[in-house]
Amino acid sequence: MADAGAAAWVRKDLVGIEGLSRREIELILDTAPQFVEVSERESGIKKVPLLQGRLVVNWFFEPSTRTRTSFELAAKRLSADTLTMTVAASSAVKGESLHDTLANIEAMHSDLVVIRHGHAGAARMLAERHDSHIINAGDGYHEHPTQALLDAYTMRDWARQRRGDPAASLDGLRVAIVGDILHSRVARSNVWCLGKLGADVTVCGPRTLLPPAIERMGCRVTSSLPEALNGADIVYVLRMQFERQRGSLLPSVREYVNLYRVDEESLRHAPSHAAVMHPGPVNRDLEVAANVADGPRNLILEQVSNGVAVRMAIMHLLVNSPGPRAGESPAT
Amino acid sequence: MSLVITGGHFIEPASGVSAPRDILVEDGKVAAIGEGLRGSERLDASGCVVCPGLVDIHVHFREPGFEAKETVATGSQAAARGGFTSVVTMPNTNPAIDHAGMVEFVARQAREGAPIRVWPSACATRERAGRDLTEMSELKRAGAVAVTDDGSDIESSWVLRKVLEYAAMCGLPYLAHCEDASLMEGGAINEGYTSTRLGLPGLPKAMEEIRIDRNIRLGVLAGAHVHIQHVSSAEGVAICRRAKAAGLNVTCETAPHYWSLTDEAVETAGSNAKMNPPLREAADMEAVKEGLRDGTIDCIATDHAPHTVTEKDVEVQLAPFGILGLETCLALTITNLVEPGVISLERAVDLLTLQPARVLGLPVGRLEEGGPADITVFDAGAEWMVDPSAFASKSRNTPFAGQTLRGLTRATVCGGQVVYRAE
Repeated sequence: MADAGAAAWVRKDLVGIEGLSRREIELILDTAPQFVEVSERESGIKKVPLLQGRLVVNWFFEPSTRTRTSFELAAKRLSADTLTMTVAASSAVKGESLHDTLANIEAMHSDLVVIRHGHAGAARMLAERHDSHIINAGDGYHEHPTQALLDAYTMRDWARQRRGDPAASLDGLRVAIVGDILHSRVARSNVWCLGKLGADVTVCGPRTLLPPAIERMGCRVTSSLPEALNGADIVYVLRMQFERQRGSLLPSVREYVNLYRVDEESLRHAPSHAAVMHPGPVNRDLEVAANVADGPRNLILEQVSNGVAVRMAIMHLLVNSPGPRAGESPAT
Repeated sequence: MSLVITGGHFIEPASGVSAPRDILVEDGKVAAIGEGLRGSERLDASGCVVCPGLVDIHVHFREPGFEAKETVATGSQAAARGGFTSVVTMPNTNPAIDHAGMVEFVARQAREGAPIRVWPSACATRERAGRDLTEMSELKRAGAVAVTDDGSDIESSWVLRKVLEYAAMCGLPYLAHCEDASLMEGGAINEGYTSTRLGLPGLPKAMEEIRIDRNIRLGVLAGAHVHIQHVSSAEGVAICRRAKAAGLNVTCETAPHYWSLTDEAVETAGSNAKMNPPLREAADMEAVKEGLRDGTIDCIATDHAPHTVTEKDVEVQLAPFGILGLETCLALTITNLVEPGVISLERAVDLLTLQPARVLGLPVGRLEEGGPADITVFDAGAEWMVDPSAFASKSRNTPFAGQTLRGLTRATVCGGQVVYRAE
């Protein structure tokens, strides 16, 4: 597996899904199964030496447990050295610019930098100037590409099992994304990713939490949960950040739950085969009912497992491809 | 000593002349306009347009308080390089230009370091806080040509009404920065598909339009001259058009970036394409052009807003609003308005000289025998690439870096002195 897929990859960085082609997305998805296998080895030795001797820096400006541990584990299973930097405040507040901080990290010879940042465009801004491979682990409301890729992988896996077709694609799959679309980088990356893979996406949320003109990204838009769920193969529930919603965005948690909670009752509008996904962490009984989140329809823990493998695939492709260096990466 | 500018094509909007003419300059004044003139020094303007010195009624020279971005001296050099001989400076400095001593300070900096004419504007309210009126009568006596809290709108309609009444009494125009800040919510770029796609908080057009409307209405109530700054949106142009059709005492300006770029420029130019009001969409760009064509928009003003590289070289959301304007304005006018046939070269000169001077009643923007010799010589066909490192401005924040434009200043003459000459 030493260079499986790597020769076909040309980008230095992964900063977003928008600029990727379907072929590139599929290359990532097709590179992931071998890493699922690594994590499930009967020997218990869950490691391959593909990034041995490399330094992977996880640089997180926002609190994150799930994504950070997933990246850390992915790097460790590829035998990389890892360094995690959690920054409470933005660098601007401390007086050091992002460029300066990354230059300092690079002076310690980093190979790959995973960045989560509260401001849109941060990952791309760094990727265009610096030599390290950059993976965007979420930038403001912009993109969260690895989440979308692990979601697509999970959906494809589900569709393949369900249809008994190991080559099934996402073409024609109907996906409803429900929640706070306005503030969601997960929604944006998923709309791009699923659209490129041929799925049919509807985003659903209250009008106050829908960004303008999002339909131009290639999805349907509705504020009616029954309408969104009608015919959906996958119901993708976003985490509601209730702590961030002020009175002018939502009248109350109660009203949101009444209108948008995915539960046994609202799921009656969806086909019986519909699966439920969630990027985590789940607010039990708020955006999704606990019995649905734990129920037979849910793919939430598959998403988590696949997340490690998909991130291993991405790290492997970025680092082990004979791709371009800083400034040469095609804009994404 | 005399200077004769020969061989050029003379465009003079006040007299409507657009023909080959020489200009003879003596003692800082235009001694003669005609053919076959002679003087002790000759400036060859063959193949060039010769016109009144350009006038920009909206620049930020940042002094005092932000001298790392620009000073009156460096901003004026940038102006001269861009073909401008008169500029109106905005008062949002630190401290703000809110009393006569500060106006005199700007005037002194200009006297000592500026090769061109600097006309200061002053604050409409003390400390630009939107509460208490400034001493406008004294500000005017000190040289202020208008009052404005540019950079912010005046939130209280009651305060603005009083500002406008008082300004009208003093014979000062009010320059209106139109922005309902309660709609701002951390917005960085125009709200629309691009902001959605880039995940950046948006600034809706309504934020500007609501206040264009309010500020015009309060101007009517107060009997004042309200000048709407930096109109950027289609509806903003439409509101001004309706006001003018109704005969209201309203004028307005737009800036070169609003007819040259859309919000998509943020994707490539990043924070160097961030200003307020923000770059809008294609339909707005077309409406701005139409407003310039049909006369709804009175004049071109750059909103020259320097910021240091360090300030701009950050995440788009964290970067300050504003871009440079003086050194690219003429070329953006020619390349994006004249060449595509939106307006004639004569109208372009009009929008950059006579019209801005007329809006604020400045005694410049025309060339006549016996009048001040503020003259710009430019080559409308000369191609050049925008290289910010060559700017005379202290700052480099332009989204036009690397673009090839046409229209280049060959010489700028202010008060009879050659203050800029291209190598």
